[in-house]
Amino acid sequence: MQAKANGETVLDVHDVTVAYDRQPVLWDVDWTLREPALVAIVGPNGAGKSTLLKAILGLVPLLSGEVRLFGQPVSRVRPLVAYVPQRESVDWDYPATVFDVVLMGTYGRLGWFRRPGKAERDLARRCLEQLGLSGLEYRQIGELSGGQQQRLFLARALAQQAEIYLMDEPLAGVDAATERVFWTLLQELRQQNRTVIVVHHDLRSVPERFEQVVLLNTRIIASGPTQEVFTPENLQRTYGGRLMILEEAGQLLPRTRRP
Amino acid sequence: MSHTLLVILGTALLGLAAGIVGVLAMLRRQALLGDVLAHATLPGLALAFLVVASKQIEALLLGAIVSCVAAALTVWILDRWTRLKADARLGLVLGVFFGTGMAVLGSVQDVPGGGQAGLEAYLFGKPAGMLQRDLVWLSVLASVCLMLVVLCYKEFQLLTFDATFARAQGWPVQFLDVLLLGLVLLVVVIGLPVVGVVMVSAMLILPAATARFWTNRLHLLLLLAGTLGASMGVVGTLISTHIPELPAGPTIILSGTVFFALSLLFGAKRGLLIRRR
Repeated sequence: MQAKANGETVLDVHDVTVAYDRQPVLWDVDWTLREPALVAIVGPNGAGKSTLLKAILGLVPLLSGEVRLFGQPVSRVRPLVAYVPQRESVDWDYPATVFDVVLMGTYGRLGWFRRPGKAERDLARRCLEQLGLSGLEYRQIGELSGGQQQRLFLARALAQQAEIYLMDEPLAGVDAATERVFWTLLQELRQQNRTVIVVHHDLRSVPERFEQVVLLNTRIIASGPTQEVFTPENLQRTYGGRLMILEEAGQLLPRTRRP
Repeated sequence: MSHTLLVILGTALLGLAAGIVGVLAMLRRQALLGDVLAHATLPGLALAFLVVASKQIEALLLGAIVSCVAAALTVWILDRWTRLKADARLGLVLGVFFGTGMAVLGSVQDVPGGGQAGLEAYLFGKPAGMLQRDLVWLSVLASVCLMLVVLCYKEFQLLTFDATFARAQGWPVQFLDVLLLGLVLLVVVIGLPVVGVVMVSAMLILPAATARFWTNRLHLLLLLAGTLGASMGVVGTLISTHIPELPAGPTIILSGTVFFALSLLFGAKRGLLIRRR
């Protein structure tokens, strides 16, 4: 909260390079986000989109460069950052209920040994309600549909009460209802002046839903306000030959760009 | 206290600790770790025996621990520096350490006053050989496991469900993993003289796997696995005292197997006969 008040740059990714097994996944990525915004990260498969989120969170070793959130290294502002990992990254057969999982969002602030109390439980309940999961509190998580599981991960992130939300493909394989809930959530977070950074694969929805966009293919191809950056030329450079989807996206642009 | 009562108490405490730790190891996909560590104790045991030339329990335990830590480090190094997958790493370390241990054990027989007869207990287990001192160790083990798991319940829950999210929240996941490894190691080393190398790993997995058929809640799973572990210790020991031809190590595991088979069929949550859907 205090970080927001003194008007620091929200996020500064400076010259970041990441490699897995000596294969560069991110190369010299330089990207600054000055104001809170809704941001889409787009790019082809294997472009390093998820890795960029993980680099921001300090979950992968950086070969070079640094990341600052509100002017500080991420290790000092953990409570301000929430994370929604890909749904497939966990075992949904795990012995836990829906309520157990939302509560995990509050664990970071609780710290060692402390148990969630009434305040945390109330918060968890509100987060479930906001994502339309009320009444499912005591379901085993494996019994949820794919869309409900995704909403559960969003609810858990919401329970982190952060300033920045990093979401990895939150709309991958979800139903229409979840999609609607998701866009509403994004709007609500935006109204509270929060930042949401979404790894996104549906190019068509980018111009209408996101203020800022990062075009990534190992390197940053372009980043900035969607209206300036989300152009057919830049998309062409990002995706190379794979143009099928691009033409559709390109057709959307002239409409949205007009004032 | 009669000796039978002592043995029953001892195996119950071991089962309790093994059941609880086993749940966490299983959920962290480290179910085989106990097996590897148990086999990896052998070179340390044999060497310690060679050095002190007696079956002094403290020396043997120390040897076993050192050997376990070396094995765990080897697994970690292989993970860090090679592209071997987890199963290959574990299989490799288990084989190499156990083989080395058997080789050292072979030379133990030539030591004056040696003879490997005494070490057999560590291979196959010998609950009847339990002394009051062992019971003290087992109580300490069970209390440490219980305390740590109660104290760090939410930390272990986060670690086993979603370690990446845990790291994003700032939890020291590697430290928690080492803590869990330490718990498995304690169970293995202290359980070794009671049920033996092979069966101590079964004691970790059986109660956890059995309890999973009955509940979808972590705290109930821990509670149930601990209870099941203790029960199989008690039942196994009782059977063995009534039928002296049967050694207690195997009867403990066999009682666990009966619990497992019954749960597999009739378990309320995921039993084969009572599927909810």
